[in-house]
Amino acid sequence: MKTVCLYFQVHQPWRLKKYRFFNMGKDHNYLDDLQNRAIMQKVARQCYLPMNALLLKLIKENKGKFRCSFSITGSAIEQMKAFAPEVLDSFKELAATGCVEFLAETYSHSLASLASKEDFEEQVKLHINLIKKEFGVKPTAFRNTELIYSDEIGAMVAGMGFRTMLAEGAKHVLGWKSPNYVYANAIDQKLRLLLRNYKLSDDIAFRFSNRSWDQWPLTADKYVQWLASEETPGEVINLFMDYETFGEHQTADTGIFEFMRALPKAILAKKNGLEFATVTEAAKKHQPVAVLHCPHVMSWADEERDVTAWLGNELQNEAFSKLYAQKEKVKALKSADFDYVWSFMQNSDHFYYMATKWLSDGDVHSYFNPYDSAYDAFINYMNVLSDFIIELDKALAAKKSKKA
Amino acid sequence: MKVLMFGWEFPPHIAGGLGTACYGMTRGLARNGVDVTFVVPHAYGDEDQRFTHVLNASEVEALYGTTGSGADDILEKMSFIHIDSNMVPYISPEEYQTYHEKYVKSGQQVWSTTDAWKQRYTFSGKYGANLMEEVARYAVVAAQVARDLEGQFDVIHAHDWLTYYAGIAAKRISGKPLVVHMHATEYDRSGEHVNTQVYAIERAGMAAADRVIAVSNLTRNIVINRYGIPAEKVVTVHNAVRFAEHDTVAPERGVSDKIVTFLGRITYQKGPDYFVEAAAKVLKRVPNVRFVMAGSGDMMNHIVRRVARLGIADRFHFTGFLRGEDVHKMFQLSDVYVMPSVSEPFGISPLEAMRSNVPVIISKQSGVAEVLDYAVKVDYWDVDALADAIYGLIEYPALAKMFASKGLEEVTNLKWNDAAAKIKKVYESAIEENTNQSK
Repeated sequence: MKTVCLYFQVHQPWRLKKYRFFNMGKDHNYLDDLQNRAIMQKVARQCYLPMNALLLKLIKENKGKFRCSFSITGSAIEQMKAFAPEVLDSFKELAATGCVEFLAETYSHSLASLASKEDFEEQVKLHINLIKKEFGVKPTAFRNTELIYSDEIGAMVAGMGFRTMLAEGAKHVLGWKSPNYVYANAIDQKLRLLLRNYKLSDDIAFRFSNRSWDQWPLTADKYVQWLASEETPGEVINLFMDYETFGEHQTADTGIFEFMRALPKAILAKKNGLEFATVTEAAKKHQPVAVLHCPHVMSWADEERDVTAWLGNELQNEAFSKLYAQKEKVKALKSADFDYVWSFMQNSDHFYYMATKWLSDGDVHSYFNPYDSAYDAFINYMNVLSDFIIELDKALAAKKSKKA
Repeated sequence: MKVLMFGWEFPPHIAGGLGTACYGMTRGLARNGVDVTFVVPHAYGDEDQRFTHVLNASEVEALYGTTGSGADDILEKMSFIHIDSNMVPYISPEEYQTYHEKYVKSGQQVWSTTDAWKQRYTFSGKYGANLMEEVARYAVVAAQVARDLEGQFDVIHAHDWLTYYAGIAAKRISGKPLVVHMHATEYDRSGEHVNTQVYAIERAGMAAADRVIAVSNLTRNIVINRYGIPAEKVVTVHNAVRFAEHDTVAPERGVSDKIVTFLGRITYQKGPDYFVEAAAKVLKRVPNVRFVMAGSGDMMNHIVRRVARLGIADRFHFTGFLRGEDVHKMFQLSDVYVMPSVSEPFGISPLEAMRSNVPVIISKQSGVAEVLDYAVKVDYWDVDALADAIYGLIEYPALAKMFASKGLEEVTNLKWNDAAAKIKKVYESAIEENTNQSK
């Protein structure tokens, strides 16, 4: 019996407002409140609320046999609380069914795993606490920002006590091997890896509404045939995608909701020999078939499946190093206000906006980008960061003088 | 005395120093009793009209094409204008005839249009891909303007190569003397790799002109040596600076660090990369200083990348293009102003900085260096000297204070009234010579 592992990523970045040099030292509200609210409420209306309702219905209908997993970033939860609390409630309802697993990840959807072990662990700890608080369960599986993974990152994750982690089934790492098996981390073999089947995942996430695709229109029956057929050998089929696929990237009129409504029943039909499992269940059910060697960092982004979307040019490197150079100061200050800013400044999205590689994946990049150019994004981010650093230094000096 | 003046920009819609200079100059001329009719492409409707009558060139209908009859004199005078034929809109003989009769009967100067046949061109007023076409079209309109305003001006004054064809056209039609004003030469803009088309227009403009005004001796020498213009025709009139009627309150400073500012177009000519290299050197020594690059331009992305690579992006800020009040605000927030231009015919912005009590560092390769004593002058390529000067002005308050106060005094004496008086003299000599010739 093949296991189908559905996993959805929920994230919204805190977008910065236009912050000019003249604002520095005077204005410490960095966020574009209007845009953040508008986007969160729009996505809630088009995706989160209808999709959560659909999943809840499917779980009830299938009496526990339909199962799926989520990771929701801290930034997204903060925005739900601020702008669309009913969304968080509907996720809690899903959690209460016991059929939905919530994974741990970085609180800010950050690149902390590329900065240092301390930064990374702190981000993960924050997220675990949040998930525990909101959903009452301690996460047992981990997924890193944008599926960023390497042997070392896996080892750090194992070191934090996780036994399951998600990664990309990248061709350049797998070679001839299939993503449809459980693998083990090369350094700490206790950590089991579930690898995304990018072909079958992207059939839904990217190609579903593409009319020039020779398989359009995609029906649940056709898709399940692919999953069940011998052309998809293996033990576990990992379908990982952005949750915003449903109703947002693939709008309602493409029929994506109808597709999802029909999918569980088709998968659970006896003749197909398929079952659903959450991430942790799927990893427990199957033995690792091999060790996965991944000395270089990979991710699920772009054609290259590496981290150059965030750290690929001098702008991104400079912003990244200037940001993480502030860590000690933020830590020493122990101020909730500064921690809050520190958190959203780490959103990997800010670095994504600074990408200058506009070839194969330019469309995807510009879709998610509120700035006219990478340079605008960089200038705006650095203006905000510079003001943050000034305020940080001021607050630290004040704290010191109080002590003295 | 009345002047028909052709420009390319006018406050508040400006991209560079030319608009600012034109504004100061027309005010100065007005004070000297000179009436100016300023022709500028695409007037936006909210120009300060107190000192000039801004005539929107986009709203003046141009006549194109050839007709078999009537007004051949205009067509003869216009025939020198080289316009690519495929952009000449069609106009039928009858239509032209109708217009011509109406015009002659009424003696109307600027007519209102209800006729669909009149081709109305809108000038983008910006440097674009079809700039040469714009220049040519502008010249055609200029000829029409000159005809409409016949007898209403004594001299024609054209600013920079963009308007030289317009100036030549107006001169041919009206027979009035032409003064062209060199605010920048193609050598300043492009180094040794000049655009030959632009060079040819500049040269033609100056050759056709009765007088050439250069904004500095530096520019005058280029005009004489590189363009072969007779020296006796070329007069240097340095730019001046305009003082605001009322002093605005200094904006509150957000940051306590010293601020070193570069303000201008971010292009090769302005030497922005030397500013960045000097900034990196200073930042190695002094922690409490910030560098600001205000402006935009084709080298901006290159500069942003360089700043990132040098790892100084938390101390080096970009404001984007500033205009109006923001420029003023930027000067008031500055502790040191730097103009490291590779080649600067004049450079009006250091004067504006000095007016705001800011000590300035300018490159020796700028025309403004000719009129300033209280400015630190360095070779643009000498990044060490530039870094030294910046360090000195931010670390030694006495030095900065001296430069600021003496500089303010010095700049106060550079008045547009005086510059305009010199320009008026140029007009007078051109008119006199012109009348003598025609006698």
